[in-house]
Amino acid sequence: MNGAHTDAVLFDTALLDRHRQHRTARVTLRLQSDEDVVGLRKQVRERAVAIALSLVDQTKLVTAASELARNTIKYGGGGEVHLDSLADGIRKGIGLLFIDAGPGIADIDNALRDGFTTGGGLGLGLGGSKRLADEFEIESRPGEGTAVLVVKWKR
Amino acid sequence: MERIPILRMGDLLLVTIQVDMHDRLAMQLQDDLTERIVSDGAKGVLIDISALDLVDSFIGRMISNTAAMARVLDARTVVVGMQPAVAITLVELGLTLHGVRTALNVEKGMALLGKSYK
Repeated sequence: MNGAHTDAVLFDTALLDRHRQHRTARVTLRLQSDEDVVGLRKQVRERAVAIALSLVDQTKLVTAASELARNTIKYGGGGEVHLDSLADGIRKGIGLLFIDAGPGIADIDNALRDGFTTGGGLGLGLGGSKRLADEFEIESRPGEGTAVLVVKWKR
Repeated sequence: MERIPILRMGDLLLVTIQVDMHDRLAMQLQDDLTERIVSDGAKGVLIDISALDLVDSFIGRMISNTAAMARVLDARTVVVGMQPAVAITLVELGLTLHGVRTALNVEKGMALLGKSYK
C-alpha cells in the first residue's frame, strides 16, 4: 500500500485511502528530527514547482507542511508523511498525509482553535494549516494516534 | 556546530538568513543575537530575511522573541526583505509579528534604525 516504505502502519486511518482514485504516485518520508522537517519542505517545494502551483500557493503548502511535520514530531513522538501526487482529470494537486502513533487528540475542535496549545507553542499549527490548504481532514483516536491530510490543487 | 553569522557595523548587528532554518538553528540564532547585543553593546539589530522562502510559526516566534529580548536590552530590531508570498502566508497562518518593526530592504531598515547609509 505504501510503495517502497516497509514500516508498519502507525495509525490505521481511513485517510490513507482518501483520493485513492486520483493518486498517481506516493512517496513516504520518516519524520523524527528537525532535519526531516527541512527535508520535507524541500521535497514539497519541488513537487509544488513541478505542477506549477503559484508562488503564493507553493509557500502556503510548504508552510502548512512545516507546521504539521513539527506537530507530528513534537506531539506525536515522530511518525511519517505520505506525499501524494494527485490528478483529477486535467487538474493536478498535492496531498500530504501526516501520521503518528502518539497520544492522539482528545478534543479536535479545541485543537483547531487558534491559540490552543499543550506544548508551549503558539497554537497556530493546526488551525493555520487548515486555512492554508484547499482541503483539510483530521482523524485522531486517543491512545492510538493522529492523521492529518492537507491538499492543495492547482488553480 | 552550525551557526548563522552575525556581522557588526558600528553599534548595529546585521544578520542575513540564507539557509532553510531548522528549529534548533533558529533557537541558536536567537540566543547568539541576545548575547551579542550585550557583549557588543549594540543599539540595533537588522535581520534580513529576503532569502527566506518560508516563515512558519516557529521562525515567526523566534523573530518576535528576538525583538522582544532586544527591546528589553535597549536595542531595536528591524526585519527587512520579507517576500510577498511569505507575508501573505504568514498573515493567513495567523502570525502578525506583533511588536516587530519591518522595512522593505536593508537600506530602509538602516534608515529606520537611524543610521545614514552611504
